[in-house]
Amino acid sequence: MDEKAPASAAVVSNKTYIIVWLCLLLLTATTVSVAKLHLTKYAIIPAVAIATAKAGLVVNFFMQLREEPWVLKMMLLVAILALTLIILLTFADTWFRYGLG
Amino acid sequence: MMNETASRHRVGYDGAKMGMWIFLFTELLFFGGMFLLYSVFRSKYAPDFHASAAELDVYLGTANTAILLTSSTSMALSIALLRKGKQRLSILCQFITISLGMVFLFNKYIEWATHIGNGIYPHSPALTGMSRGKVIFFSLYYVMTGIHGIHVLIGVCVILGMLLFTAKGRIHQGDFVKLENTGLYWHFVDIIWIYLFPLFYLIT
Repeated sequence: MDEKAPASAAVVSNKTYIIVWLCLLLLTATTVSVAKLHLTKYAIIPAVAIATAKAGLVVNFFMQLREEPWVLKMMLLVAILALTLIILLTFADTWFRYGLG
Repeated sequence: MMNETASRHRVGYDGAKMGMWIFLFTELLFFGGMFLLYSVFRSKYAPDFHASAAELDVYLGTANTAILLTSSTSMALSIALLRKGKQRLSILCQFITISLGMVFLFNKYIEWATHIGNGIYPHSPALTGMSRGKVIFFSLYYVMTGIHGIHVLIGVCVILGMLLFTAKGRIHQGDFVKLENTGLYWHFVDIIWIYLFPLFYLIT
């Protein structure tokens, strides 16, 4: 019998969630501290990098993407790539139009 | 027969979750459009954006970030606890999530009230007198945090519904996909705030 339980993912332990929560709070403290260094033009790089690390933790542990089938992972990847492409193409346009940067 | 029921149940479960994810992709592109506007205007009016961000309360923003991250944790815990058959603890966690969502919205109210008290609101004389970059910054601030706030409000209402379902036993150890999908939505709203926070509060 290859009967499967209705739930696809295994139950994550409470301890894991608490550790992820502490990591998220730590990353928030880090991003606030880094902002105080006033890196001016380059401040955006650590800010977005830390935000992406936090989003990664939420997606993988809280939203349990780790446990989802590869089709879903690919779908999310396509959605993120589409958004990235839209942003990059818009910048390719505005940079040349207004001479930004 | 048992196998058939189980596999049918499984298809329903996977379908429900994939449907929720597809909805979240549309939400991603919806917010993505606003993040696109933000990034283009920020690169055009960088000094104005930096000056305007100083008007925002970093402490309240940081507190709200911690509140929302904690609420996501309690949401995730409520599902794990229900799956272990701990219905009462699950309900408690859902209640904590709702309460934290309300606190987040209350802080947002205080922030907006302060800005409006300072004369900064759409089409106010103080705002229209400012430079173009500042006007754009505050317009984006109101639209993006406003739409995010509406999402938090909707989330709070939906979780309240789930809490009642769990209390009545319509969501239980063997059938919890509604609660899981609500969790997915709540975590997504959390992720949007994870990006809004540094982009609006931490660029001074």
